[in-house]
Amino acid sequence: MFEYLASRLEAVIRRLRGRGKLTEADVDTALREVRLALLEADVNYRVVKDFVARLRERAVGDEVLHSLTPGQQVVKIVHEELSRLLGEAPARLAMAPAPPTVVMLVGLQGSGKTTTAGKLAWWLKGQGRQPLLVALDVRRPAAMEQLSVVARQAGAAAYVRPEGRDPVALARDGVAEARAGGRDVVVLDTAGRLHVDDELMAELVRVKQAVRPHEVLLVLDAMTGQDAVALAEGFAGRVGIDGVILTKLDGDARGGAALSVRAVTGVPIKFAGVGERLEALEPFHPDRMASRILGMGDVLSLIEKAQAAADAEQIRAMEERLRTARFTLEDFLDQLRQVRKLGPLEQVLGMLPGGGPLKQVQGMALDPKALDRVEAIINSMTPQERRNPDLIDGSRRRRIARGSGTQVQDVNRLLRQYQELRQLLKRLSALEAGGRRGRLRLPFP
Amino acid sequence: MAQGPPAWFGRLRQGLEKMRREFGGRLKDALAAGARLDAALLEDLEALLVQADAGIPATTDLLGELARRARESGARSAEAARAVMEEIIAERLAALAGELSEAARPPTVYLLVGVNGTGKTTSLAKLARRFRAQGRSVLLAAADTFRAAAAEQLVVWGERLGVPVIRQAPGADPAAVAFDAVRAALARGIDVVLVDTAGRLHTRSNLMDELAKLRRVVARELPGAPHEVLLVLDATTGLNAVQQARLFQQSVGVTGIILTKLDGTAKGGVLLAVAREVPGVPVKLIGVGEGPDDLQPFDPAAFARALFD
Repeated sequence: MFEYLASRLEAVIRRLRGRGKLTEADVDTALREVRLALLEADVNYRVVKDFVARLRERAVGDEVLHSLTPGQQVVKIVHEELSRLLGEAPARLAMAPAPPTVVMLVGLQGSGKTTTAGKLAWWLKGQGRQPLLVALDVRRPAAMEQLSVVARQAGAAAYVRPEGRDPVALARDGVAEARAGGRDVVVLDTAGRLHVDDELMAELVRVKQAVRPHEVLLVLDAMTGQDAVALAEGFAGRVGIDGVILTKLDGDARGGAALSVRAVTGVPIKFAGVGERLEALEPFHPDRMASRILGMGDVLSLIEKAQAAADAEQIRAMEERLRTARFTLEDFLDQLRQVRKLGPLEQVLGMLPGGGPLKQVQGMALDPKALDRVEAIINSMTPQERRNPDLIDGSRRRRIARGSGTQVQDVNRLLRQYQELRQLLKRLSALEAGGRRGRLRLPFP
Repeated sequence: MAQGPPAWFGRLRQGLEKMRREFGGRLKDALAAGARLDAALLEDLEALLVQADAGIPATTDLLGELARRARESGARSAEAARAVMEEIIAERLAALAGELSEAARPPTVYLLVGVNGTGKTTSLAKLARRFRAQGRSVLLAAADTFRAAAAEQLVVWGERLGVPVIRQAPGADPAAVAFDAVRAALARGIDVVLVDTAGRLHTRSNLMDELAKLRRVVARELPGAPHEVLLVLDATTGLNAVQQARLFQQSVGVTGIILTKLDGTAKGGVLLAVAREVPGVPVKLIGVGEGPDDLQPFDPAAFARALFD
């Protein structure tokens, strides 16, 4: 997610970084590029205007123009303002002091509320909670049936009364059911509605008054355009929202809606849906996201993910390799196999820093068949070759290609990708040098 | 159920009310009498177009064209600029005009495709209702075998509309469902087959391949079919709609667009971006409300006029 913005901003930053001296005209050009990048990423026009004005105010001040490293100062300002726009600290789901905690999902039709309810149930179960999903969508045909299926898939309980016609009564009964059954979190799945539909918005208000949810979360399609602001203001103004869940971030959404909604409502983004599988819901880390947008990667998320999937031993070994950048083709293969366990490859690779060099690795790894080819090529190498790829000359390349049933070009491509990844890991290990669990720092003061 | 131009035109106007106020209305303010065609006015115009999701390239395009024509005609007043802008937008939208094509001999097969949550199933139900109202027989194919209860949703629609539904177990091959549906339509002499497919992100190449396969199977079973591959786009979507149009076009050969959810505050200006970046994909229908009859033909002239009224 945010790849588009990341690559556009990275280009701006590359030009700024390392510049000895910046004129106001340089800053203007850079700001114009930032503005276009944000607009093309679907960030709302008004939000962009404010954002760029703030950047300009700071960037033409003394702090930058008289600094020894003005380019880096500008990058730092962009990073800080972007973090501010995204919200700084990760926001947690507010849990009620006395259970059950009631979470109400609201949003437009098709934003992904029911699917998200299932994912949220799965995530809550992972946190040791006992969620109850309550179906309040009395409008869309088979919406309730869908909720009971996703609840079953998530291994969660569901309160589904297809004959029910009044969402307010259903919500009240659902919460009572949770209390009676010792469920500690209730997730209310409401019907999709337009923010301009008075009658249906009033219904949401009635549900809210009846069960007093601890969290009202707006489920927002990450591909939403300029309209994100109007709809977020509509829901926030009429019903009141405590947070946002972004959905469909696994596509090529440019993510501008996320920035806009945060900016106009002030409520945090709490979760992001990043795939079709039930486990593809992640708590949202705005601070890391800002780094990711600026091409700094999201090493912390990756390590957390890896910790969930791999055992501690493997993690230590991986971190060791990251730190030393001693990274052989065997490790490369190992990593690819690990990465398969972590989930969809694009998702994992998206967390690595450096959009540019990684593009090719991504292209290679996205396709599971290509991954098989990579395995075949590496398996056709001798142990010596795997540990010391510099050995692999022309005749060895031909042999490896024959042995793996591929072309010499495939072998060449793989070796190039491996070199690129190794370079990347060197950069990464420099970042990591600040401390294993320390915050990722930008490589400038 | 009233049909015919006056009724739908009124409904279209009604459905586009918000859009007109937000987009056209403000455009009108920006171009109010007395104002001059200057940098400030151009900036206002840019703001309006961008906020309608037209995107930077299309916006730049439109403003450049406006400036060119204004220079040529010597028009300097904001009023003249308004007329010219309306003309330009109408021209751009005119390139998108298109009507649903039909098989020379029934059954006509329509495939509905799109990303998750754009309104494929709802649009399909509206289409079914429309064909039923014309006295034609309809068959629904529940080829969304992925999303939980998607087939049930279609079955409910089938019951409400009195239309048969072909379905298989969850997780079945969608192409097999489509195959069965075409076979059944041929055997039963059905006029129109509407195939509902699972929502899929255009970036998932394996899912796009699955769709391409479904299309091939339908084409093999019934030469000339599918007669339309309709991409259902959500008007709330930003510039990602361009990418959706491009990738669905590449993998399954989209023949038309259904633009849904125009009854909110979304402005639908993304059509200008789509027209520019993915030429040759006409808009066949627009969704202007939640009612069963709120799926209307796309009339670019009316659309442009409604923007500026």
